[in-house]
Amino acid sequence: MRIEFILKETWEGIRGNLSMVTSIILVTFVSLTFVSIAALLQIQIGNLKSYWYDKAQVVIYLCNSYSSEVECPTGAITENEQIAVASQLKSDALNPYIDQYFFESQDEAFVRLVEENPNLSAAQFLTAEQLNAAYWVNLQDPEKASLVVEAFAEQPGVAEVQDQRAYFDPIIDLLNGATVAAGSVAAVMLFSAALLTTTTIRLSAFSRRIELGIMRLVGASSLAIQLPFVLEGLVAALIGGVLAILVTNFLVETFLTQNLALELAFSNLVTTFDLYSIAPYVLAVGAILAVLASGISTYRHIRI
Amino acid sequence: MIRLNSATKTYSGASHPALDGVSIEISRGEFVFLVGASGSGKSSLLRVLLREESIDSGAVFVLGESLTQLPQRQIPGYRRKLGVVFQDFRLLPNKSVFHNVAYALQVIGRSKAFIDTSVPEVLRLVGLEDKASSFPNALSGGEQQRVAIARALVNKPELLLADEPTGNLDPDNSREVMSVLEKVNLAGTTVVMATHDRGIVDQMQKRVIEIRHGRVVRDAETASYKELPTGPINKRSGVDS
Repeated sequence: MRIEFILKETWEGIRGNLSMVTSIILVTFVSLTFVSIAALLQIQIGNLKSYWYDKAQVVIYLCNSYSSEVECPTGAITENEQIAVASQLKSDALNPYIDQYFFESQDEAFVRLVEENPNLSAAQFLTAEQLNAAYWVNLQDPEKASLVVEAFAEQPGVAEVQDQRAYFDPIIDLLNGATVAAGSVAAVMLFSAALLTTTTIRLSAFSRRIELGIMRLVGASSLAIQLPFVLEGLVAALIGGVLAILVTNFLVETFLTQNLALELAFSNLVTTFDLYSIAPYVLAVGAILAVLASGISTYRHIRI
Repeated sequence: MIRLNSATKTYSGASHPALDGVSIEISRGEFVFLVGASGSGKSSLLRVLLREESIDSGAVFVLGESLTQLPQRQIPGYRRKLGVVFQDFRLLPNKSVFHNVAYALQVIGRSKAFIDTSVPEVLRLVGLEDKASSFPNALSGGEQQRVAIARALVNKPELLLADEPTGNLDPDNSREVMSVLEKVNLAGTTVVMATHDRGIVDQMQKRVIEIRHGRVVRDAETASYKELPTGPINKRSGVDS
């Protein structure tokens, strides 16, 4: 079997069946674009988590004299209660999970509030006593925040325990939802691509039935007979895959790197490098699907 | 060369067997006509010899291979030892005569050097050396069938199977094709040809095997069609089984 003969047969098959092959290319292109988008959304979620979760802290707000009855039935935190909170942070049960923590007094909280909001008109009516003193806790592993939340939620003298990661949950939920949507479209389109490939191979085999008959009768090996058809599906899928990568590259470049990244001053958006890192897998998805679909079709419709 | 022992084949859904206990022996270098009405079983017999169909019972030996025991993956190798031509030529209209013949060698992976020497040689044998660059639709039916014969012979098979090779041809073209087949046979290739054409059978004076309802009803050396007796004689097959 000669490779140039196989390639020539593949080319003849593609040329003789151009409109069907084009339709495989287009459907594969659209489906793999959605696969790429779904994968990039997941990378974006990972980026967000690693960037923000490291910065996010658990904040243990202590009761002050203005705290509500519900949160602080015994009023402002007593000295003993505050010692209990501090010693629990140092306890063997929690200490291994805590990277570092610091105490922010009511006065410090007031200074920070004014610094962070220089134009806050309400500042002139506020006093330090109205703010909560707090422990700011950095965790070794942000995923373990619930341990700290649970440990202090019912502690006397603690007004509220806040896991700042919760701020990011809506956006992560949104991105996960978008991933599911893109993934679903991708799945439907990939399924159509597979069906289209099987039909195309069948038509291709029909349009080349004289050649196939001759090949069989002169004793061509099953590889020489079947490989051109499998390659036909594979070539179409790979062209579709390359188009998908190019178009996704364009989308990332235009809408993220050249646009949103500049406006947000947020360096953590996915870039074309992320796309290049997933490109081989995207192409592999297309290739495997094409080989399976055309292989099954070839096996079923082309007699040896 | 070819031996069938009580070969029986019934297609699924058919009420009568296509081949019903066929026993034949054909020796190297013979020229044999298979005659019989349409649906008599002669095409089925050729398909069995090509290993396009397998038989239900009995035994088939061709070129030293037991076809009933031939594994699927060895079928291509077996078919490389045969040549086949059909009534409808089966040429590729978009390829020249040269490339139609070369195609049979390309698909089995022969080298370009081999192709460049073998194809002109076989075109000379069938008398088409000056038509190598013509396309099939520019040729007469007889010439097209000679291209098909060239393609069947280019890999130098020991056995040539021909299924109604003159069925689509006028008498002049038929004669042309038969003289090529006779030449091929004289060069040592065994030829088995299924035909309806009484004139050709009468003229060639070769061995005739008549099949009716899947059974061999006559097997006569150097017989002509009209000389055949009407009663069922099973001369040779009786010896073999």
